Amino acid sequence: MNQTSPTPCAPVATIRQRGQHEVFCGLTSIIWLHRKMQDAFFLVVGSRTCAHLIQSAAGVMIFSEPRFATAIMEERDLAGMADMHDELDGVVEKLLQRRPDIRMLVLVGSCPSEVIKLDLQRAAERLNHRLAPKHRVISYSGSGIETTFTQGEDNFLAALVADNAANSAQDKACDLVIAGCLADVVEDQFSRLLTAMGVENFCFLPGRQSDGVPRIGPKTRYILAQPYLGATAAALEALGATRINAIFPLGEEGTTEWLRAIAQSFGVSETLFDTVTSGPRQRARQAISHYRPMLEGRSVFLFPDSQLEPSLARYLCREAGAEIIEIGSPYLHREHVAGEFALLPVGVSVSEGQDVEVQIDRCRAANPDLIVCGMGLANPFEAEGRVTKWSIEFAFTPIQGYEQAGDLAELFARPLMRNAILAEGSRSFGGGRP
Amino acid sequence: MKLTMWTYEGPPHVGAMRVAASMKGVHYVLHAPQGDTYADLLFTMIERRQSRPPVTYTTFQARDLSGSTADIFKSACQEAVLRFKPEALLVGSSCTAELLQDDPGGLSRTLDISVPVVPLELPSYQKKETWGAAETFYRLVRSFAGHGQRATDIAPNSCNILGPTSLGFRNRDDITEIVALLKGIGIDIRVVAPLGASPIDLSRLPDAAFNIVLYPEIADVTARWLQKTYGMPFVSTVPIGVGATRQFLADVRQMAGLEASDHGDASLGGTDRLTWYTKSVDSNYLTNKRVFIFGDATHAIAAARIASRELGFKVCGLGTYMREFARDVRAAALEYGVEPLISDDHLEVEQAIIDARPELVLGTQMERHIAKRLRVPCAVISSPVHVQDFPARYSPQMGFEGANVIFDSWVHPLMMGLEEHLLSMFRDDFEFHDNASASHLHADGAAPAALSVVASTSASTVADLVEDASWTSDAEKELKKIPFFVRGKARRNTEAFAADRGINPITVETLYDAKAHFAR
Ligand code: SF4
Ligand code: SF4
Repeated sequence: MNQTSPTPCAPVATIRQRGQHEVFCGLTSIIWLHRKMQDAFFLVVGSRTCAHLIQSAAGVMIFSEPRFATAIMEERDLAGMADMHDELDGVVEKLLQRRPDIRMLVLVGSCPSEVIKLDLQRAAERLNHRLAPKHRVISYSGSGIETTFTQGEDNFLAALVADNAANSAQDKACDLVIAGCLADVVEDQFSRLLTAMGVENFCFLPGRQSDGVPRIGPKTRYILAQPYLGATAAALEALGATRINAIFPLGEEGTTEWLRAIAQSFGVSETLFDTVTSGPRQRARQAISHYRPMLEGRSVFLFPDSQLEPSLARYLCREAGAEIIEIGSPYLHREHVAGEFALLPVGVSVSEGQDVEVQIDRCRAANPDLIVCGMGLANPFEAEGRVTKWSIEFAFTPIQGYEQAGDLAELFARPLMRNAILAEGSRSFGGGRP
Repeated sequence: MKLTMWTYEGPPHVGAMRVAASMKGVHYVLHAPQGDTYADLLFTMIERRQSRPPVTYTTFQARDLSGSTADIFKSACQEAVLRFKPEALLVGSSCTAELLQDDPGGLSRTLDISVPVVPLELPSYQKKETWGAAETFYRLVRSFAGHGQRATDIAPNSCNILGPTSLGFRNRDDITEIVALLKGIGIDIRVVAPLGASPIDLSRLPDAAFNIVLYPEIADVTARWLQKTYGMPFVSTVPIGVGATRQFLADVRQMAGLEASDHGDASLGGTDRLTWYTKSVDSNYLTNKRVFIFGDATHAIAAARIASRELGFKVCGLGTYMREFARDVRAAALEYGVEPLISDDHLEVEQAIIDARPELVLGTQMERHIAKRLRVPCAVISSPVHVQDFPARYSPQMGFEGANVIFDSWVHPLMMGLEEHLLSMFRDDFEFHDNASASHLHADGAAPAALSVVASTSASTVADLVEDASWTSDAEKELKKIPFFVRGKARRNTEAFAADRGINPITVETLYDAKAHFAR
């Protein structure tokens, strides 16, 4: 474990950066959102670039007919030769003909639609007039000028909450809302733990179906399962919900503290809490210990990607014994991640935003054992003889909760193991390589 | 507005990136929001490129829109020149910046940049990736080869090769193959561009006697301009397939003023094995196999020619997603008696494949997925492609070796000829139960699960998609007697036959009527 003892309010030395950002835009989160909410369709109103982004980030064509698409704006739309709203209605009609099973249609704003000030909220209202209740239509922005990567999910959830205030299908308000997309398997694990503690009437946001969005009441408490949910938190609070503060459920410690915050808020006794969590905690520690030797003392540099970086760094540092060189994050919601920073060693370098060239210079100079970065940067770093871990996997793989604590360690350890195997392999032929 | 699920091509600035990334000493400053940086991964992940593509994105944000986006562009240019010290700077807008009308070209002129700047105007709401690549190459060539006098003493055997780019389908290996082939007949190759060329190399283009256009989608415009401006003729035969390679060599010889060769081309940097392999008896089973072809125009047309003339397949569908080259594909389709499919809507392509009932699909990454769902064997012949289409081994498409590679990669997904017979002979043997697949294919059906061998999963087969026909139990029993590796086809054919004639349910009679109908 790192020697520096955590101080309660570690001052965050933030490097603020303004330069080229090398992060996906919010449209990217559609890739997991459409898997999560099984009766929703995401229609991006944008350009060919937007369509190409989603398809490239998703790996070309992994779904036959995905529940997302792009309404690509064309010259005649922009030149005013066609009325955009009429055109959009036409596209929606075509879409619903093909997919009448869609219950919720989500219009997603992009840079081009925002620059020309196409009002998708108005479009959604108009379409609702015609299509509700058979199809519900909502809108949010996933544009690259407003959002990075995971912030698309944030805006989507905020829109869901706002829409739900007016149109909830549930009649009873929810006591506890767990906000942020989690893999189904993780949700099920958390459900079992909470139920065993006697916490009832909790719901996940988003639900697996579009009508499963919880009703929010003044007694509703919410906890964030993901750190990138500033707008969602604000939307929930606007309806009177109060936040349960906690660090995020990554690793044994993160999961325990996150569950403990819920337990305390709902008056669960310490004894019961310990009874319920001690088995899984033990398992999580054991799973991590398997990989710890590979991560202990290794230095890690995190490039900005999903905003999960502070939580990942805390986990790496406290549970895997790694040394953190820099925590990059596209944006820091200071209040929500304060708990994470309190657990990190004083003086750890933090950067917000990005100036990618300068950050690459810093990274090369620091020469870390492991670089956590996006797909655009990984192979070039590998070609320089550095070891990398693609950050996108933290958004696509279940990593939250006790049973995934070891998997998370494995994600970091695998590139290091691989590097060791290959280095050993090339050595075993005694300089046989040219 | 157009509803799009998957696209065959990216936006035009991705085409410009492909040209920039192909060349040495070129840097591209792209006025674009942060999300557009996804395009880097096409190069670093899909192509496994070892360096980042030479692109600086300005990554402006909403808060910059009130007026400072132009300043952001300017400082990005200045920093890029300082940091990367390029020999030439490309500047342009992505779709979003195009709406801002910041005019990168005009802004860059105010900057006193020490290197030549080539402004790009790529209308994002009209054009696509390949057009963007062609336009970028053309602009670069005009900028660098546009001045000066052409030498008078140009050797007639000197030429340039135009068109190969980064992310192009097998371009890297094609170039190696073609260069070797041409050197073998005494051609002096001066410049290959854009792949591997620097701006200075472009200025030397007029110093060669003629050009060779390997990829017309990228280089046709440029070659025409060089012809008009400098009187440089060009060879436009694309050497994919044995016949086309021979023709290509003959055309080059003629243009270079070399004697026509009468002693085969076997000695020339490659051996043609395709011709003998398709003649050998094992290949009998390839006869008239129905092939559906879709891709960029050049590869699709070449594939159709090879399929029908060199492998003895039957072309049952031909199309392209490139409207710009629709005319050529239409003409080719006419030759094979099929309806040309000009579309960039993959759902339409899927329907056409279902309707054509092919036994082999030759297409892009998109058709690979369609064919997988339909459980029809498939080989990829054109961009867009995925990471597995940048194989580690040498695998050109062009030249004689390219033809050999094509033979292997198209025939491999099909069941081998002798094996077909053996399986039929031993079909009642316990080892050859219905779930056994061809020995060279993976047992779990993840590999091209030819001929509905693994029809037990829920995924739809061609049959399901064609018609929900009902079968009498006798007919169903009779169908089971047909060897399993042709059973899928028999089912499909029978159902299509029944559907055409409104026959329902399908009886033993219908089964044999259909068999007679489709006999060949
Ligand atoms: S990770 Fe690799 S295989 Fe998967 S989509 Fe990306 S490039 Fe393709
Ligand atoms: S950054 Fe903007 S223009 Fe680019 S893909 Fe994202 S939303 Fe579309």
